[in-house]
Amino acid sequence: MHTPTSTAVFLARGITKVYRMGEVEVHALRGVDLELYEGEFVVLLGPSGSGKSTLLNILGGLDIPSAGSVTFREHNLTQATERELTSYRRDHVGFVFQFYNLIPSLTARENVALVTEIAQNPMKPEDALRLVKLGERMDHFPSQLSGGEQQRVAIARAVAKQPDVLLCDEPTGALDISTGKLVLEAIESVNRELGTTTAVITHNSAIAAMADRVISLHDGRIAGVQHNTTKLHPRDLNW
Amino acid sequence: MISALDRKLLRDLWHMRGQALAIAAVMAAGVGLFVSQFATQQSLALTQSEYYAQNRFAEAFAHCKRAPRSLLERVSAVEGVAAAEARVVANVTLDVPGLLEPAVGRLVSRPRSGVPLLNDVYLRKGRLLEAGDPDGVLASEGFVLAHGMELGDRITAVINGRRRDLTIVGVVLSPEYIYSIRDGEFIPDDKRFGVFWMNEDELAAAFDMQGAFNEISLDLEPGANGPEVLAALDRLLEPYGGVGAFERKDQVSHWYLSNELAQLRNIGIAMPLVFLGVAAFLLNVVLTRQISVQREQIAALKAFGYSNLGVGWHYMKLVLVIVALGTALGAAAGAWLGTQMVVIYTEFYRFPFLRFTLDPVIVLQAAAITGGASMLGSMGAVLAAVSLPPAEAMRPPSPGRYRPMLFERLGLQRLFSQPMRMILRQFERRPAKTFLSVLGIAMGVAVFVVGFFFLDTIDYVIDVQFNRMQREDMTLTFNQPRSLSALHEVKSMPGVLHAEAFRAVPATLRFEHRSRRLAIMGVSNDSSLNRVLDAKLARIVIPEQGLALSRKLGEVLGVSVGQRLQVEIKEGSRPTREIPVSALVDDFLGMSAYMEIGALNDLMREGQTISGVFLTCDPAGHKDLYERLKATPGVAAVNVKQAALKGFTETLAKSLMITTIINIMFATVIAFGVVYNNARISLSERSRELASLRVLGLTRGEISFILLGELAIVTLAAIPLGCLLGFGLAWALIEHMLDLELMRFPLVIAPRTYGWAAVVVLGAATVSALVVRRRLDHLDLVEVLKTRE
Repeated sequence: MHTPTSTAVFLARGITKVYRMGEVEVHALRGVDLELYEGEFVVLLGPSGSGKSTLLNILGGLDIPSAGSVTFREHNLTQATERELTSYRRDHVGFVFQFYNLIPSLTARENVALVTEIAQNPMKPEDALRLVKLGERMDHFPSQLSGGEQQRVAIARAVAKQPDVLLCDEPTGALDISTGKLVLEAIESVNRELGTTTAVITHNSAIAAMADRVISLHDGRIAGVQHNTTKLHPRDLNW
Repeated sequence: MISALDRKLLRDLWHMRGQALAIAAVMAAGVGLFVSQFATQQSLALTQSEYYAQNRFAEAFAHCKRAPRSLLERVSAVEGVAAAEARVVANVTLDVPGLLEPAVGRLVSRPRSGVPLLNDVYLRKGRLLEAGDPDGVLASEGFVLAHGMELGDRITAVINGRRRDLTIVGVVLSPEYIYSIRDGEFIPDDKRFGVFWMNEDELAAAFDMQGAFNEISLDLEPGANGPEVLAALDRLLEPYGGVGAFERKDQVSHWYLSNELAQLRNIGIAMPLVFLGVAAFLLNVVLTRQISVQREQIAALKAFGYSNLGVGWHYMKLVLVIVALGTALGAAAGAWLGTQMVVIYTEFYRFPFLRFTLDPVIVLQAAAITGGASMLGSMGAVLAAVSLPPAEAMRPPSPGRYRPMLFERLGLQRLFSQPMRMILRQFERRPAKTFLSVLGIAMGVAVFVVGFFFLDTIDYVIDVQFNRMQREDMTLTFNQPRSLSALHEVKSMPGVLHAEAFRAVPATLRFEHRSRRLAIMGVSNDSSLNRVLDAKLARIVIPEQGLALSRKLGEVLGVSVGQRLQVEIKEGSRPTREIPVSALVDDFLGMSAYMEIGALNDLMREGQTISGVFLTCDPAGHKDLYERLKATPGVAAVNVKQAALKGFTETLAKSLMITTIINIMFATVIAFGVVYNNARISLSERSRELASLRVLGLTRGEISFILLGELAIVTLAAIPLGCLLGFGLAWALIEHMLDLELMRFPLVIAPRTYGWAAVVVLGAATVSALVVRRRLDHLDLVEVLKTRE
């Protein structure tokens, strides 16, 4: 098993986020301090509306906080320009979304190629797909794949660029338990085999058991942090 | 190797192929018009200049009564004159086998040397004239073709009352007669007008012009001062009955051709702009929709590190592919159309060669304009895609803000069913989108109106010109002014029911530095055959003193009612007078100046002198009258109105009809393009909502009503707006594009035009509705409910 080192990859201090949703003002984060370490597998746990997606978006450079600071290694993400955030995402981050966000008009292989074409040191799309055990279905369109398969394509797409961090937003949220486990296995093996720092957000506390560290969020604040001395393999999870 | 993003582009395009094709078709219509008009214009202009150069078309002309040949040397010596050629030109009556009425022949002399310095002919068939060719003539090709004549055929000319047989030895074309019309007409009538070149000696002898000439043509030195040369020429010809020298730009054939080229240019710009505007608008609508559907895809692309530029370029490429398709289709259509137009042009304009050339620059220009318009049109949508913050795109869009509407606030909701309320709320929530949909369809209606109204206008012009203003059956022109007794002579001819005299006097009208040469028409206020009408078709009474001018002539001279024109008469005692402009007439054809016939006689210090006669005749007595006229020495020309009208309707209307058909085709393309796109977009925007309603138990008919009801209301609202827009566009076209010296079109739009526009757009809406309905019937309820909005 890969041992997390003590080097902090992410350092977040006092981040708050307020955004407008229609006519309502939403306080998504209310002062969050956080570190993520090299190679570590973190689960951000919290109920819907706890601010975990917002936190992930900020870590991934998709969004900037209203206040506070976030750094990724030497990159200051809070003061980055749009262009800098774009190259940060392109060079360092792999995303997996709850609803997969595959491009419906592209095959599995092409969806992965979409990312490898702009990455600096990518794997071959085929290798990435084999990593998630989809070597046989590369030329299928998203509409020809099951939900679990689509999510695994999304994981292959995220890891194919060999990112420094893998950020997964409710990767099993739309899946049944057995399919969900397959997806989690794929994420786990990427973390283990490639040593990619991985953050998974979920409202499903069962998943927390496979993490090195579990950070619980509640109403925009960190409610607690828990270190797992023993991690479970995804197939041993149950919910 | 094609990138994954480009694959997405191609598949997206394939997915929306119906809409993409509809937009490309609208673009193709614009590009096609642009390319065909400009290529035709360019082909004609190039052919024209090449033809002029090869056949040494003169740069200035002057007519006189009879000048001695020795004057030619003095003309050649005028500073700025490079070459001068003197000729004898005479109009004669022709008796053509198979043609009942007399035709007009123009006889033009060719020098003894055989090769004129200027205005040479192009030999199409046969041979040129030889020294011992007493009755040989070179005949204009139009005339020969119109009569199906062959080399060696004979025609009979009535020269000074004597019949003389002329033999066609060659068939020729001339740069002077590319547009070949006889005096007083507007449309070529090759059956009744021909030009014949004869040996100078023979022609001079026949007209008693030995050692003399009555027409001179000049070539000018480069950089010569045209007006000065003309003035010098006028001074030299003055004693010999000169009627005013003029430059090439006023030469009849050249003038018509230039007008035509100007019109081609104007139409080539105006109509395509309308089409491309609509195409840009459609692109905006489609792309905006495409981008809103692909919100999450855009977010994902950005999350993977695609830059704003990359995402923007991706959607811009979609636009460019459609532009490329539209341009390619349009260029092909334009090339085809251009060749067809050239064929039409050869019926009016006689060129020895007229090749259709398509300069790639024109296509590039069309592509640039189309690309520019489309980029402009889609810029907003692309910027929206680019500026979409990825994190926000991940979240579903917040529900649209619906509020109770005006009618609900007014307490009228009981009047509307639930589906009807959905339709109305949709309108009220997105007024801008609704307005744009209405505007788009209205553009389709408008383009149709613009394409169609020409037919109404032509009908109107024909009615006014040939039924209300010119009420005579024929016009006789004498070869020189005659006393009033000539009128009585005509009245006594067989079959003549009624006859009225007119006086036409060549003159130059001057105002400040501007001038025009024309014939002042002296008419009688109690004439029942030739009436001057104003725009409201009320008869204009020509005052005892003063001139009534075509409004266009007033504009050209820069003169308004009450101001005084300098009138230089070029006939008889050649008086010069200041005469006030007493009225401006809104006429349609050519430019005219009218005077009361008595006042004109007074001005000329002559008694009751006439130049010709308008007459009506007994339809049964035509034949006898024609025979008599063919044998009457003093009659230079017989213009038969029915024949002119036939020429007008057959030729002009034919070309206009073709233009109109093309416009209608294109307008239909637009109407379908807009309506279909609109329907498809509404469908994709609302399919989820409608599927939910189906799940809740609404029938297919009920959900169709919600969507198609919206389409119906939008279409119905668009029709009156489109008619209004069409009226405005037609007005702008008439006012700015078709206000020519040759012809002005009144703005006449018949109710049938609006009717047809409505029918076509409703037809387009019905077909689109059927397509949408079919799709509604196949809504996949389960699939729709599974996906997240």
